[in-house]
Amino acid sequence: MERFPVTAVSLLGLLGLWIAAAALTSDPSILPQPWSLVGPAWTEIASGKLPYHLGHTLVRVAWAFALAMGIGTVLGFVMGRCETVNRWLDPWLVVFLNLPALVLIVLCYLWIGLNETAAIVAVTLNKVPNVTTVIREGVRSFSGDLDAMATVFRMPFRRRLRHVLLPQLAPYMSAAARSGVAVIWKIVLVVEFLGRSNGIGFQIHLYFQLFDVARVLIYALSFVAVMLAVEWLVLQPWERQARRWRTA
Amino acid sequence: MTEVEVISKRFGATEVLGQISFRIAPGETLAILGPSGIGKSTLLKIVAGLDRRFEGRVARPERLAMVFQEPTLLPWRSTLQNLTLVHADLSRGAAEDMLAQVGLAGKGGFYPGQLSLGQQRRLALARAFAGRPQLLVLDEPFVSLDAELAETMLSLTESLIARARPATLLVTHARAEAERLADRMLWLGGSPARLGPEP
Repeated sequence: MERFPVTAVSLLGLLGLWIAAAALTSDPSILPQPWSLVGPAWTEIASGKLPYHLGHTLVRVAWAFALAMGIGTVLGFVMGRCETVNRWLDPWLVVFLNLPALVLIVLCYLWIGLNETAAIVAVTLNKVPNVTTVIREGVRSFSGDLDAMATVFRMPFRRRLRHVLLPQLAPYMSAAARSGVAVIWKIVLVVEFLGRSNGIGFQIHLYFQLFDVARVLIYALSFVAVMLAVEWLVLQPWERQARRWRTA
Repeated sequence: MTEVEVISKRFGATEVLGQISFRIAPGETLAILGPSGIGKSTLLKIVAGLDRRFEGRVARPERLAMVFQEPTLLPWRSTLQNLTLVHADLSRGAAEDMLAQVGLAGKGGFYPGQLSLGQQRRLALARAFAGRPQLLVLDEPFVSLDAELAETMLSLTESLIARARPATLLVTHARAEAERLADRMLWLGGSPARLGPEP
């Protein structure tokens, strides 16, 4: 692939910026050099602490992501297809889109309790309106001609969904999924920061109180690394598959 | 037998179609002519069952097929799948045979985007005939084609109709096309539009 070196060089550039900034600061307690993180990072991994907290965060992200994408896609689909439902639900959407994440998190903890359900519900509620909006836009852009074609030839609903409608929705789904994962993991951290006793957000809270910049960076970067892996191993191959007809 | 009896079709306060009734016998080709914007497409949508908001009644046979003004293919599915996904009971062999009949033999693995416009149109024709339609609806199928391509498409359509003998409704504004394909011609005109003799 031709663009692989670009990605690598671009990431190396970011690393270079970090090294330069760390050299200029010359205070490891504010910004340590990247290589000075290797030792502590290895200690965190070997002790099993980092995998333990990363695992908890990943499970929350996975749950919230699946729920938000599922609910958001169905809502967006119905709102895009049915104008009456859209008129009724659109004001709700605006309300929830503009409700600060923090407010939803605090309310969920207060109403549901300081538990896992509240954490996942809070993150899901934060993301659903976003997914709904994107998917609704996708559904509105459906081709009327293809609709007519599927009707005339009496394609059964499931076949129509899979071969006529979902392919038209694919770019919107991948946009929603991309921004979805990014936003969800940030909100999960806040949820963990505020009211959980494990997860990366909890660890960052802990090391924030200890002014341990190195460990805050280690925990943050560990998740970034996981997300890059997901991007390259799952999302991009899937997209290539879905876009094959465009480039053929 | 296809029987159409429209009493009235309105868009808001405007009455687009007035009293219109006609029949198409099995194996017969009826052409409806008229200038652009007269309501031909509206009438066609009613006949094809795409528009159910009208006063009147349409009886149409079970198996229906339509050729649209544009090819209207699934660009993300292969040429062959464009036939087999639309017609669930069509075998792979029958689909390949249908492709061969419209001159697309061996192109089954291509995506529609890899075909020329003329080939895409022929694929749309193949899709229409692959379902062995009892009623075939053609919505200005040769509009926006250059003369040479229109001629190729016209003779291909002619031979496919001759072989399959569906009841055919052709809507067009080109008299030459209608004369070539149709057994019978009717004119749509006026406001609200009604069927009448040649103006």
